[in-house]
Amino acid sequence: MTEIFFPVLIVSGIGFTAGLVLSIASIIMNVPKNEKALKILDVLPGANCGACGFSGCEGYANALAKGKSNPGLCAPGGDDVATKISDILGVNNKKMDQKVAFVMCGGNINCTDKKATYVGICSCAAAMQVHAGSGKCSYGCIGFGDCTKVCKYGAISIKDGIAKIDINKCVACGMCVKACPKNIIKLIPLKNQAVVNCSNSDKGILTKKACKVGCIGCKLCEKACNYDAIHVENNLATVDAQKCIGCGKCRDACPNGCISIVKCN
Amino acid sequence: MIKALVAIFLASILTENYILNKFLGICPFLGVSKKLNTAAGMSLAVTFVMVLSTAVTWPIYTYILVPNNMVFLQTLVFILIIATLVQFIEIILRKYIPSLYKSLGIYLPLITTNCAVLGVTILVIEKGAADPSFGYIHSLVNAFGAGAGFMVAMIIFSGVRQRLESSDIPDFFKGLPITLIAASIVAVSFLGFQGVVDGLLNQ
Repeated sequence: MTEIFFPVLIVSGIGFTAGLVLSIASIIMNVPKNEKALKILDVLPGANCGACGFSGCEGYANALAKGKSNPGLCAPGGDDVATKISDILGVNNKKMDQKVAFVMCGGNINCTDKKATYVGICSCAAAMQVHAGSGKCSYGCIGFGDCTKVCKYGAISIKDGIAKIDINKCVACGMCVKACPKNIIKLIPLKNQAVVNCSNSDKGILTKKACKVGCIGCKLCEKACNYDAIHVENNLATVDAQKCIGCGKCRDACPNGCISIVKCN
Repeated sequence: MIKALVAIFLASILTENYILNKFLGICPFLGVSKKLNTAAGMSLAVTFVMVLSTAVTWPIYTYILVPNNMVFLQTLVFILIIATLVQFIEIILRKYIPSLYKSLGIYLPLITTNCAVLGVTILVIEKGAADPSFGYIHSLVNAFGAGAGFMVAMIIFSGVRQRLESSDIPDFFKGLPITLIAASIVAVSFLGFQGVVDGLLNQ
């Protein structure tokens, strides 16, 4: 009997001591959990996309609970989540500006040529290392789809050699903006407006050589606009989204057809 | 005495490396070695647990289990103690070093089941049984050396893996297969240290 009694006694004795030490330690070194943060974390989508500028949903929830941030930074959650967070925090609901990502390049395979043939790793970041990609236009979309790979919402596809973003699927998390080595994906407000499908800031004659649909900086759009919403800076037209109403006059005026109109409901 | 301790320390890094010679603790070796900073943090935590658990298990083995003829309880008791210590370290880290606690994440509780830790505690006792002069201090130095060896292997291998990331690997070798092949080649290179420590100290 004692043969089994002593081992059981010793093991349970060590186990009991260990349990006692641990429970005392957890009482002494207790870290109070923030109830608000836990509630907010439940409301957030949990995609950990980082659009809010924090390390993930947990980081954002902690910052909100401490009052260091505003509700309405969560792009995938939208107004719905912003309202819920405001309710938990007991602050006035701030509606968020909805945004959408847009590829500032329209130079597909029908409009521009290759200056060389690239053989190597199929990623924009790698192709960028070799003479800034194989396209004639050094500003344009490389089309290996680094943005497609990082998009968690399946909103980006490669069509005719350039990236296209589906504005109905895009939640403006900004992952593609970070992934693009050419920096040609921008977050723009989601509203009816004109967008310039070009990022080339070379002089008009050089742009024309590189791509049929590039912006040559002719300023015809600037003259056509009744709302002072489009301007040519650095040989490239840029739209002021606050002023633009999406009437389409600049699109009709553009000789190269590099302006398009974003329509949303 | 000091010469012996230095010999034990160097031997446990180079010739008795727990990952590359004894093939213990392969799980974190493959799981956490992708980035240098997490590899270093993990190795520090493992070193800490190794030394602490050896410091606790050695007296319990020598003064409780051996006199009562209950050496067969060794594995059970040691695992119990290692699990407790890991939990204890987790509580301390969460309170005082939350940043390290967050970056280690799930790997911290997984040290509990890291066989390198159990391996160190059991092997130092085997060494002590074979050679009576191998006492408590020697065991602690051996445990610390084992942790340092773990760190050396992790850091070397995280460098290897960073090179692997950017190299052109055939499709069927991508991922774990090439990682395991690389690990075996690193292990073979450590075979070259056989006899180095004795040679250094007996000059």
